Amino acid sequence: MRNIGSKIYSSIRLYLHYVSINIRCVMQYKTSFFLTAFGQFLVSFTTFLSVFFMFQRFSSVEGFTYSEVLLCFAVMLMEFSLAEMFARGFDQFSGMVRRGEFDRVLVRPQNEIIQVLGSKFELTRFGRMLQAVVMFVYGILKSGIDWNFSKILTVIFMLIGGTTVFTALFLIYAAFCFFTLESLEFMNIFTDGAREFGRYPVGIYGEKMLLFATFFVPYALIQYYPLLYILGRRTERIYMFLPLLACGFLIPALLFWKFGVRHYKSSGS
Amino acid sequence: MKKYLSFFRLRFIMGLQYRGAALAGISTQFAWGFMEIMIFRAFYRADPSSFPMSFSATVSYLWLQQAFLALFAVWMMENEIFDSIINGDIAYELCRPADLYSMLFSRSIASRLSRAVLRCFPILIVAVFLPQPYGISAPASPRHFILFLITLILGLLMTVSLCGLVYILAFFTISPAGLRLMFNSAADFFAGALIPLPFFPEKMREIMELLPFASLQNVPLRIYGGSMSSYEMQKAIFLQIFWLVVTTFAGKILCHLAQRRMIVQGG
Repeated sequence: MRNIGSKIYSSIRLYLHYVSINIRCVMQYKTSFFLTAFGQFLVSFTTFLSVFFMFQRFSSVEGFTYSEVLLCFAVMLMEFSLAEMFARGFDQFSGMVRRGEFDRVLVRPQNEIIQVLGSKFELTRFGRMLQAVVMFVYGILKSGIDWNFSKILTVIFMLIGGTTVFTALFLIYAAFCFFTLESLEFMNIFTDGAREFGRYPVGIYGEKMLLFATFFVPYALIQYYPLLYILGRRTERIYMFLPLLACGFLIPALLFWKFGVRHYKSSGS
Repeated sequence: MKKYLSFFRLRFIMGLQYRGAALAGISTQFAWGFMEIMIFRAFYRADPSSFPMSFSATVSYLWLQQAFLALFAVWMMENEIFDSIINGDIAYELCRPADLYSMLFSRSIASRLSRAVLRCFPILIVAVFLPQPYGISAPASPRHFILFLITLILGLLMTVSLCGLVYILAFFTISPAGLRLMFNSAADFFAGALIPLPFFPEKMREIMELLPFASLQNVPLRIYGGSMSSYEMQKAIFLQIFWLVVTTFAGKILCHLAQRRMIVQGG
């Protein structure tokens, strides 16, 4: 037991060390950092504007009002940007495989996931995060939710579950590179696409989409169902814990990654 | 002119080679188009009377947008060109006895066109056979269809011309990442790539339609579904030509300036 404990401790320390190197590295180019962070802010800001102007014309969609949709969008954006901040290393993994850099990772006596994770820490995503927080505050103020302890806990569960699901998706995205060497454009629909379309509650996309998002990729568990609980449309306690259940999505992702590592053939020189 | 045509041909043939990438792109665009349509369906259900254009025209707009994404997506700029400006390889291009701007222009048209040719037909064919109202409908009239084709070409030229400005600005900034991000998101928003321009409030839409960004996908995609009056179409086409002349001219001048004070990076 003590052995595992110290192993986890050293992994976390290593990861934090990687993060601090990355941050110091980025801070060498301060102007570029702030411009990119501002750019990130702007990208999701135009998505926000598209929601805003749709609601100038329509008062509600499938029973959700503007502030409720904003709340949903904000939580999804927070989940996504948290996952992106920590797990963006997986995004550039195709380059790592193609250049043969993954060989170096494999020969080091440390967990390879930690090393890939540590290869990139995207602090610029903080621009996106900032916007999510502003929208979240606005959504809370306007939607007139009657907050209590279990609802606050649900939001925290949503953030944990959502960050885990998106991290798992980034991991699957990266694991495909073991087989294709290229990052798969199609996977974008599950990551960037989910962020874009997650601005509306999954329920509005119809029955079939909801089934898909419940049982295949658990977007609905981190967004739609807990949202219903927070808004008071559903009172069953189970809705509160669904986001934690969604964390289970990490297991097949990890297995797929392990499978990929075993099949890894070095390329590059 | 002949040399630019052969630049065009080379790029076009090269672009046609990436069939695997096209296949991946097609499936992504299908999923994307489908999800967009579901959003608009939900809003249509909520309040059909607030819809500024008919539902079938909206669906046609969304499918055409996906089919011709490569023609109008401003974010599909070529990284190769930016890289060559940053690492100095652009010097080789400058050695050629050809005008840099025209070269970039013909090259961009070719790569966009080759991508679109590979991707548009599968999407259009499936969209035609989808059950109504989720499929693409026939153009409003033969006249609308011809105008659609003309404005499609004008829109492509306009996209290339606008992106050309960004390429050339990269000569001045060296680190164009932030500039690109800002340009992409602003252009997408004002061009009607996020939501079609008719969905904006009246006052706002009137201003947006005057901007150069409205001359990209907005004009052909709306003409196809017949949601513009004759007068509006005339005005839109006039604006397309006007902005095309202005941005191309500006691009040429900027390019000239950039070449006068160029510092080639790297060695």
